[in-house]
Amino acid sequence: MWNKAYKSVMKKAIFILMAALAVAACREDELVIPSDTQDTGGNSVGGSIVGMYVLCEGNMGTNKASVDYLDLSGNGSNVVYHRNIYPERNPTEVKELGDVGNDIKVNGNRMWMVINCSNMVVVATADSCRKVAKIDIPNCRYVTFDGAFAYVSSYVGPVEVGGTEHLGRVYKVDTASYKKVDSVTVGYQPEEMAVLGGKLYVANSGGYLLDHREKTVSVVDLASFTEEGKIEVAPNLHRLRADRHGRLWATSRGDYWTEPSRLFRLTLDAAGTSASVDTLDIPVSDLCIVGDSLYYIGVEWSYETSSNKIGHGIVDVARAEPLASSLTSAPEFSDITLPYGIIVNPEDRDFYVMDAKDYLSSGQLYHFRADGTFEWRVWTGDIPGHAAFVYK
Amino acid sequence: MRIYVLAFMSAAISCCYSQEHAHGRLDSVQHVREVVVVSKPSGRDVVPAQRLNGEQLERLGSYSVADAMRYFSGIQIKDYGGVGGIKTINVRSMGSSHLGVYYDGVELGNAQNGQVDLGQFSLDNVEEIALYNGQKSAIFQPASDFGNAGSVYIRTKAPSFAAGKPYNLKTKVKYGSSGEVWSFSSLYEQRLSSAVSSSVSVGALTATGKYKFRYRRSNTDGTTAYDTTAVRQNGDMWAIRAEANLYGMMNGGNWMFKAYTYNSERGIPGAIVNNVWRRGERQWDHNTFFQGSLRKEFSERFSSRLTAKYAYYDTHYVNNDTTTMLIDNYYKQQEVYVSLANVYEILKGWSASVSYDFKWNKLNSDLRNFVFPRRYSHYVSVATAYDGKVVKVQGSLLGTFVKDNATNQAGRSAVSMVTPAAFVSVYPFSSPAFALRAFAKKSFRMPTFNELYYTEVGNASLKPETAIQYNLGFVLSTDSGPSWLGRLSLQADGYYNTVHDKVVAYPKGQQFRWTMLNLGRVHIAGVDVQAQADIRPARHLGLSARLQYTFQQAHDVTSPSLSYYEDQIPYIPRHSGSAIIALSYKGLDFNYSFIYVGERYSQQENIPVNHVQPWYTSDLGLTYRVRIGKVEARFAVEVNNLFSQDYDVILNYPMPKRNYAASVEITI
Repeated sequence: MWNKAYKSVMKKAIFILMAALAVAACREDELVIPSDTQDTGGNSVGGSIVGMYVLCEGNMGTNKASVDYLDLSGNGSNVVYHRNIYPERNPTEVKELGDVGNDIKVNGNRMWMVINCSNMVVVATADSCRKVAKIDIPNCRYVTFDGAFAYVSSYVGPVEVGGTEHLGRVYKVDTASYKKVDSVTVGYQPEEMAVLGGKLYVANSGGYLLDHREKTVSVVDLASFTEEGKIEVAPNLHRLRADRHGRLWATSRGDYWTEPSRLFRLTLDAAGTSASVDTLDIPVSDLCIVGDSLYYIGVEWSYETSSNKIGHGIVDVARAEPLASSLTSAPEFSDITLPYGIIVNPEDRDFYVMDAKDYLSSGQLYHFRADGTFEWRVWTGDIPGHAAFVYK
Repeated sequence: MRIYVLAFMSAAISCCYSQEHAHGRLDSVQHVREVVVVSKPSGRDVVPAQRLNGEQLERLGSYSVADAMRYFSGIQIKDYGGVGGIKTINVRSMGSSHLGVYYDGVELGNAQNGQVDLGQFSLDNVEEIALYNGQKSAIFQPASDFGNAGSVYIRTKAPSFAAGKPYNLKTKVKYGSSGEVWSFSSLYEQRLSSAVSSSVSVGALTATGKYKFRYRRSNTDGTTAYDTTAVRQNGDMWAIRAEANLYGMMNGGNWMFKAYTYNSERGIPGAIVNNVWRRGERQWDHNTFFQGSLRKEFSERFSSRLTAKYAYYDTHYVNNDTTTMLIDNYYKQQEVYVSLANVYEILKGWSASVSYDFKWNKLNSDLRNFVFPRRYSHYVSVATAYDGKVVKVQGSLLGTFVKDNATNQAGRSAVSMVTPAAFVSVYPFSSPAFALRAFAKKSFRMPTFNELYYTEVGNASLKPETAIQYNLGFVLSTDSGPSWLGRLSLQADGYYNTVHDKVVAYPKGQQFRWTMLNLGRVHIAGVDVQAQADIRPARHLGLSARLQYTFQQAHDVTSPSLSYYEDQIPYIPRHSGSAIIALSYKGLDFNYSFIYVGERYSQQENIPVNHVQPWYTSDLGLTYRVRIGKVEARFAVEVNNLFSQDYDVILNYPMPKRNYAASVEITI
């Protein structure tokens, strides 16, 4: 009797198991990842800015660097956000945009994207995001332009004389042929660069050095493309921007222990090879200078509360003093988990803040009007941190 | 009594479909290991394990323990591809650190990372792998065995000798085309006296790690967008393994001593991303341990087991890829473990146990600002079991006390926890053929040394991560049918687990720095089903089938404010399963195995860009066994990934296309 019961139960069980395996989905053709579109609800205002690219870094090893596009081209129509447009515009590109996007800049009718862990700079058309060139540069970090050349900082240079650590390097790239034409050795792990008075200034981070001994900005003469000297500022420099008064603004990440993150103003001497340094006691993750206003966001970890403390505000560039201790009083700003990038519209002074959340999921792009009123937010790719405007 | 026990065991070990073989080769030592333990109710499992035995493992043609674990239900594997790629397993979506892995009865600890790389454990010498959900529900065991959310017991082959032949020698050579793997292994067994026998097992493996893989994408109109095939680089490895065992019997007991060493060098192939198809990471591992156990029956009612272990793990990691940060670090772990387990039969069928374990762990490294953590753990368990005809129950309580010391840090506060577990099986028809079973268990895992103390990332104030499990299921089995019908069995379990205070990486300050916080919370609902049938349609002809299916709903419920609230956690498929069909005719064995892993997500958010396609592979194996005089030879050929599916188990870590293997094994 048991046997009969078993047989029937077994038959049914095996049938159910087979059915379960059969209904489980099969593989499908792996399609080119499509973009998707979200209406921000904001209105376009016309003007010379027609759009903005947002480069999302993606986590290391995920190959999920992605570029989003905010279409500002209309006049009065709704502003639309297009997520992850690169694969669709460049379907034949093996493994899409690559691993960890670290910088994006628009230069004329070309858009340059520095893809850090893919060891390459991707150049695409600014109006349609179609790839036109790839430049191989190992561990490339940031790009800046002067005349007919692009300058790309790279962590990978020669080993220091008598040492074991690799110095960094800046590559000079012809913006017509996309060929590397020259390179110069700078300090350890160079990050952002700025051009002033025929010189290229390079913020050296020393990010791979365990003792944080790197504290300098390298001065590179553009005509001879040689390093003329170094200006000592602080350990772990990161951002470097020029203002309209011919001064430089630098940020440091600190040593994460005793030395805090700070903002610095560098007033250069006549030769441009040394500088007096003003220190502002403000931790800065990213900044954007428009006119005499330096917009910043910053995050500091508190060991007491095990949480991040978020700061934001405006610094008066001319006087090197805080102008506003907050960018906005909009309650929506407090939803920002981890502000990672900021960009200000140089015409209307409305601004965008990129929220990288927990670095492991989609970020958000927040838009605020010039007076700080919150307007809209949209989901972005993973770790949005870099943006560039596209002009008519 | 003993005969009854054997019968019960064969019913309980419902997953072993070649028990006849196993029993036929039982020797005196194994009798000691199996029967003495089993004859006491305290040694019997209330809820049986899933098992794969040596014969089945050989037919599956896997290299490592991790490969074989894919055929268990409730298991999820992370496989970074290739013979040297890291392979870790996870039971019922609770995370790999909640699973204990035991090698010949003693846990393989890894205080640094949580779980050992199961890819490093060869299958060549393995007699059985058993998976227990909750815990091994036999109360006569070390205290720390009560401590995991699930446990895998790997048991190596114990010596067995034919009458009048005091030695055995087995040698095997295998070549696999994927990664150009050559492996060699040999086992020598020697009887030293009527009470003592020994075995020495050695193995060596080399591989170039090179295999072809393919990535392709299509346009929506079906045309090809890109299609590229490349060769995996920097996956080369070599490894040597040596193991020596002594087994002894004494009046009312037995003992065992083992020395094990594993030495390897491997390239770490890394993720395949745009423009990067080769990397420069390398790792050297040198793992050595010694373990011994002694079991003694002091009376009909009282038995004790003493276990001790010393382990030394040395890992050297180098990144010499000049495009990234150069790294050269060593990590040296040590562990000392001592356990005393005691069981007493209070009345017939009712027993109780008390066990105490002590464990000491230490990690040294040349990382900057390293704090050299040491951990002192004490475990005390009390358990009781009743073994009736209709009801079998077990209850246990485990007290755990853990104290860490670290340089330059105020000692973190000690952790002390008491965790209970209860197991019950009911045989409503007074027959071993049908049982209902249930268990509930609370367990926790200590944060690893990396999570607590890794320079800058670690957070010394982490709490333990807790798992709570509820399970309800049944087993139906018979081997009492007509002679052509071997055994049939069906098991199904439904469960609900919650993981609290899950340790997650959290962004710290500006610019991509991390710390560890007890933020996560996961709710898991799942179903495991297994069915097995052994049929003998004709003389010399045997057919067996084993099917397994797992359903997992593992939702991240950390916080409603997160974009992935209630999304399936990464790399946990909703549906997965496997099938093995084996056909044997005289000396010829044919094996077909199929694995299915359903769609899953590579990150927390269940959005299209994180979607990873299902994968399923079919493997075929053909074995021919022949005896020439006193020599038994076994020839095997395999085809793996028969349909050459291009898949990633982990995103950007491509797996091999169709590949072949052949082996010869000689037993003297």
